[in-house]
Amino acid sequence: MADVPSIALTDVHGFYDDSHVLHGLSLEVARGEAVSIIGRNGAGKTTTMRAIMGLLDKRSGSIRVKGHEVIAAPPERIARLGIGYVPEERGIYASLDVTDNLMLPPRLNNNGTSLEDIYKLFPNLLERRHSQGTRLSGGEQQMLAFARVLRTGADLFLLDEPTEGLAPVIVQQICEVIVGMKAKGNTIVLVEQNFHVASLIADRHYIMEHGRIIDCIGRAELTTKADRITAALGI
Amino acid sequence: MNGQVIAGQLLVGLINGSFYAMMSLGLAVIFGLLNIANIAQGAFYMMGAFFSWMLLRWGGIGYFPALVLVPLGVGLIGMAIERLLLVHVYKLDHMYGLLLTFGILMFTQGLFVWLFATAGRPYPVPPALSGGFDLGFMFLPKYRAWIILTSMTFCLATWFVIEKTPVGRTLRAATEKPMLTRAFGVNVPALMTFGFGVGVALAGAAGLLAAPIYSVSPIMGGDLIIVVFAIVVIGGMGSILGSIVTSLSLGLLEGLARVVYPQSANMVVFIIMIAVLLIRPAGLFGRER
Repeated sequence: MADVPSIALTDVHGFYDDSHVLHGLSLEVARGEAVSIIGRNGAGKTTTMRAIMGLLDKRSGSIRVKGHEVIAAPPERIARLGIGYVPEERGIYASLDVTDNLMLPPRLNNNGTSLEDIYKLFPNLLERRHSQGTRLSGGEQQMLAFARVLRTGADLFLLDEPTEGLAPVIVQQICEVIVGMKAKGNTIVLVEQNFHVASLIADRHYIMEHGRIIDCIGRAELTTKADRITAALGI
Repeated sequence: MNGQVIAGQLLVGLINGSFYAMMSLGLAVIFGLLNIANIAQGAFYMMGAFFSWMLLRWGGIGYFPALVLVPLGVGLIGMAIERLLLVHVYKLDHMYGLLLTFGILMFTQGLFVWLFATAGRPYPVPPALSGGFDLGFMFLPKYRAWIILTSMTFCLATWFVIEKTPVGRTLRAATEKPMLTRAFGVNVPALMTFGFGVGVALAGAAGLLAAPIYSVSPIMGGDLIIVVFAIVVIGGMGSILGSIVTSLSLGLLEGLARVVYPQSANMVVFIIMIAVLLIRPAGLFGRER
């Protein structure tokens, strides 16, 4: 099973109602790899994440997660293949306190990080465990969003803009968490506007524009192809 | 105005309030999870009363086993209706959900009228609960006290499950963000079916409690559900305890109105509903959706 890609998208078209957002998207992520998807706002990066998770209205083409075809599968089935999803809006529940937010996602297997270890990694969450979820600061909510998927035993993580809007100190902490996750052999797909963060974590960078992948740049090529990256990010 | 009359009417008010509480709690669970205003709640109440009557008449099964069997049976029928009918309107405008449940109410009532005619059938108060207590200022029938205690137990049990247990946590999460909750691996559609079952089971249980004091008739749910809807508008869908408090208060208010000015008793709830809609549409305990 070692050569089955963790994620393989082939010619994926995606729609929000009648709006055609993904135009024949193809990409692949090998097991244990960390890959980033970069591009300007509106390129379709978040839509790609949602397509993989089965959260998109209409999709066609092929999406295989760990070898299983999931193009028509409901989100709950896709998640149970071992995916930990950290959405762009963080998705912290206002009607649950911090502990309930943390405990909500069901265990997918027995390999999850223990509560004890989670609280060691994120001591703030222990301290604020009775606070209502949305009372946390942006950075704390982001930590909570990570903590709850680490507990489930997922080994394939979709991280959508995890450092957006956060102070540099917190961004640094989050980078460390993600690097730690990668070191444990987990597979990571990262959507990031902050290329510095992406370059620290990803082995390869997919460049996305207008709903399709236009380039793929490996870690070794970063200096030689820097201009392509700046062009893609519009900076 | 004699103290016994007032106490008597307040007791009736408390009993009505208890029924309102069970019905509106069921509605709140269903609306939260499915986003559907379930007018058919009145039909499930009626079915609860009728199943109790059928169990006794045709099966010789009495009141106390019915306390378990009736909500279970009504719940299962509710889950079947959700899977067969309601799933088709989730993606549509809210109006369609309301219309569909209205249709289910009308159909079910019509079906039972056809099978059983409209005349009310009696259901006996179980011997263990007959008689009463002489409290000095009034006589308290045991069965009336039982209704209030049992319905409050059902309501508080529902509150406890929703607020304090893992299942309740998942239900609250699915109510707030259904798609994200699915993305964590929770089977939200199955949860919705189960939630509908629980919501109508509460109505069915109310029907069983009501059977010995109101006769069992196919149209018994129709009038009740209109008042319950008004109460839900007044209280809002925001909190479970809010629904319970609103229901009991309005039941008592109706009772008081019956003492002070009997002709107004039927209108009191609706006058308050109109006032709430004009001043605070989300309801007294409600949150804007």
